[in-house]
Amino acid sequence: MDNIRFVNERTADLLREIGNIGTAHAASALSEMLRQPVSIQVPRVDLVPFDDMAELIGDPEQVVVGVYLTLSGDFTGSLFFVQTPQAAKSLIAEVLPDALATTRLSDMEISALAEMGNIMAANYLSSLMTFTGLQLSADVPMVAVDMAQAVLSVGLIRSLGVSHYALVVHTRIHHLSAIEDAHVFLLPDPGAERVLQNALGVALDS
Amino acid sequence: MYRVGMADARAVTGSDSLRTVGLGSCVGVALYDARAAVAGLAHIMLPDSRGDAGATPAKYADSGIALLLQLMQAQGAKRNQIVAKLAGGAQMFTVAGRKDYARIGPRNVEAVEAVLVSARIPVVSRAVGGHKGRTIELYAQDGSLTVRCADVQAITI
Repeated sequence: MDNIRFVNERTADLLREIGNIGTAHAASALSEMLRQPVSIQVPRVDLVPFDDMAELIGDPEQVVVGVYLTLSGDFTGSLFFVQTPQAAKSLIAEVLPDALATTRLSDMEISALAEMGNIMAANYLSSLMTFTGLQLSADVPMVAVDMAQAVLSVGLIRSLGVSHYALVVHTRIHHLSAIEDAHVFLLPDPGAERVLQNALGVALDS
Repeated sequence: MYRVGMADARAVTGSDSLRTVGLGSCVGVALYDARAAVAGLAHIMLPDSRGDAGATPAKYADSGIALLLQLMQAQGAKRNQIVAKLAGGAQMFTVAGRKDYARIGPRNVEAVEAVLVSARIPVVSRAVGGHKGRTIELYAQDGSLTVRCADVQAITI
């Protein structure tokens, strides 16, 4: 079972460091976009079995805002940026003051959330590329507001069950009015897990 | 109540029920034999096993429905008494001008329908397509299937 070997302490440390640096860069980009000071902590990085991904957020039926980007380059996969609608609305309230007025998301709000997801993904990938030497790019972000299980299953289907673990970066976003939890999920496609593992191995040895 | 996970299939009888949570582009295939009071539910993820279902036959429309029929027949269901209800197959994410992978939901529904036609199992009701995730529960007592979307009252089909 290659994917079990993938879960070791040194790799986890490296992934946490990649997460820390990626989100630090994302925070400064988000501060500009949201017109307020934003800082992001990475309390934890986990490798979780696919089946437990939705549970990790809480209730798999809980409604979440999911930004979904497909990855291409040296490996393919999916990247999700997942928040509760409340957290999402609180973050964009500064630039879109009407956000908190209703529970539904307007097109403007969805577009702002897509951009947030784009910023998180781009900075996380850039950090991953710096550490591993891999070349990766993310496609256009897509947004869905729905049950966590239904949203994340899109990435599970892409990986066809061949790879069994998702990398989860737990993030805590501090901004003016609150602290909001969000999650970044990286799901390698079949074959990609090994590419990522090898690249991380190289990074660990150098 | 038994939970049916992704790429899982199960059959029950009597007062039991089967539940699967957060169907997105996956399809919940609910089969029911009223006479034998046997209900079966499969959580199908992909259209076609291409003859290689591996360790998870319930993942694919073709091998998943075949497995579900076996499980139901083992509990006393008769093939010619079974009817089907379908839910799921939504397109969760859309981007203007790009339909490729996101179309997996509708393709799953088409594949399931085709397998059921060739198995001569009539589909008596559907809650498929659209852009919303669904949680469903199938009751062995009467074959009713409840379908619930996020923030919406459940319906029974």
